[in-house]
Amino acid sequence: MPKTITAKEAAQMIKPHSRVMFSTFLVVGAAEQLIDALVEENVKDIHMITIATDYDDKGVGKLITNKQIKSVQCSHIGTNRSTQAQMNAGELDVELIPQGTLMERIRAAGAGLGGILTPTGVGTIVEEGKQKFTFDGKDYILEMPIKADFAFIKAQKADKHGNLVYYKTARNSNPAMAMAAKITIVEVDEIVEVGQLDPENVVTPGIFVNYLVKSEVKEC
Amino acid sequence: MLDKKQKRIMIGRRIAEELNDGDFVNLGIGMPTEVANHIPLGVKVYFHTENGMLGVGPAPKPGEEDKDLINAGAGYITETAGASYFDSCLSFAIIRGGHLDMTVLGALQVDQEGNLANWMIPGKLVPGMGGAMDLVTGTKNVIISMEHCDKHGNSKILKKCTLPLTAAHCVNMIVTDMAVMRVTEKGLLLEEIAFWTNVDDVIKATDADLIIPEKVGIFGNQ
Repeated sequence: MPKTITAKEAAQMIKPHSRVMFSTFLVVGAAEQLIDALVEENVKDIHMITIATDYDDKGVGKLITNKQIKSVQCSHIGTNRSTQAQMNAGELDVELIPQGTLMERIRAAGAGLGGILTPTGVGTIVEEGKQKFTFDGKDYILEMPIKADFAFIKAQKADKHGNLVYYKTARNSNPAMAMAAKITIVEVDEIVEVGQLDPENVVTPGIFVNYLVKSEVKEC
Repeated sequence: MLDKKQKRIMIGRRIAEELNDGDFVNLGIGMPTEVANHIPLGVKVYFHTENGMLGVGPAPKPGEEDKDLINAGAGYITETAGASYFDSCLSFAIIRGGHLDMTVLGALQVDQEGNLANWMIPGKLVPGMGGAMDLVTGTKNVIISMEHCDKHGNSKILKKCTLPLTAAHCVNMIVTDMAVMRVTEKGLLLEEIAFWTNVDDVIKATDADLIIPEKVGIFGNQ
């Protein structure tokens, strides 16, 4: 059974050099209150794994603007000027990964696979330094799993067993990241009693979830 | 000469003619989205967005936006009847697994072998590839929607791409403000020219070698 904690308690688990997965797609599906708490704690030298670095002042971009990130594995930084500036200044190590490959590497970590073979990136700079295999005349690149110490997840609803339900396009990288970290912390809008979620609708089973943080209702 | 908006509409309308009833389609950010405004009568297509949805509907009315319902360009969208949501892994399984019929993307450069460069300019612009490498690797029909030349008047259709590739040998068709070209085993075939230009000017504006058939069609003169 996951324990319910505060955003501050969650943020205090993160230490310098922690590898943290942040689910977000241009802020949609981001655990914004966990991110805010982590900005507040001002822990430095975090390794970030995320689809895109959002915006300078929104989503995971806040952590980059606040210079808390040492390195990032992601597929896109085009919406965040701080990421590009810090990368060009040599302050931030950025590994750009095709989005489908990034997701499958994360899933591989959660699923106990030793790597994946993908055709994406063949014939491009993405294949440099990687092993290639050919099956039925088609080339594939070997890509290794991406693991993390923590995952910051956002769900719409959880029951007290940690079973999760998402909302529309806010699902994105949440289910895969929830599987791939040692400690998965989920910010949820609503926590319900066990038995109140239809088991058919559960997307992430509670087995992957360690902590729940209830979102504070913000004043509009 | 056509202005930017007229070019965009002409290109979008021409690409929309390639749609078949029942197609599953992913449109890139920017000019490619114009295609959705010109779906031929009697054709029903289903739009995919890589952040996790099939059955993307048009932008909502002002005031009816749902902050958790966006496309890959962070634009607000709506859901159509029969839509579905899924996570990023499944979304890219759809893409990489060859389940999409068509994707339309912009380009910095395309070459006569169908190589595509659209994700970075070393030392200048490094936004990242996002989902583009997966889209052009997995999708059956890859169509490039762009202006024929860059803002300095240089051809974007080359003998060989000079920028880092998004994928090799992935492009099927190129539609620009001047021409419709298809990548074939023999080379780049000029199929149609825009109503406002002529074959000689298209050849002059194209760095790549073009195969000129006996009959070249005309498009855009509606």
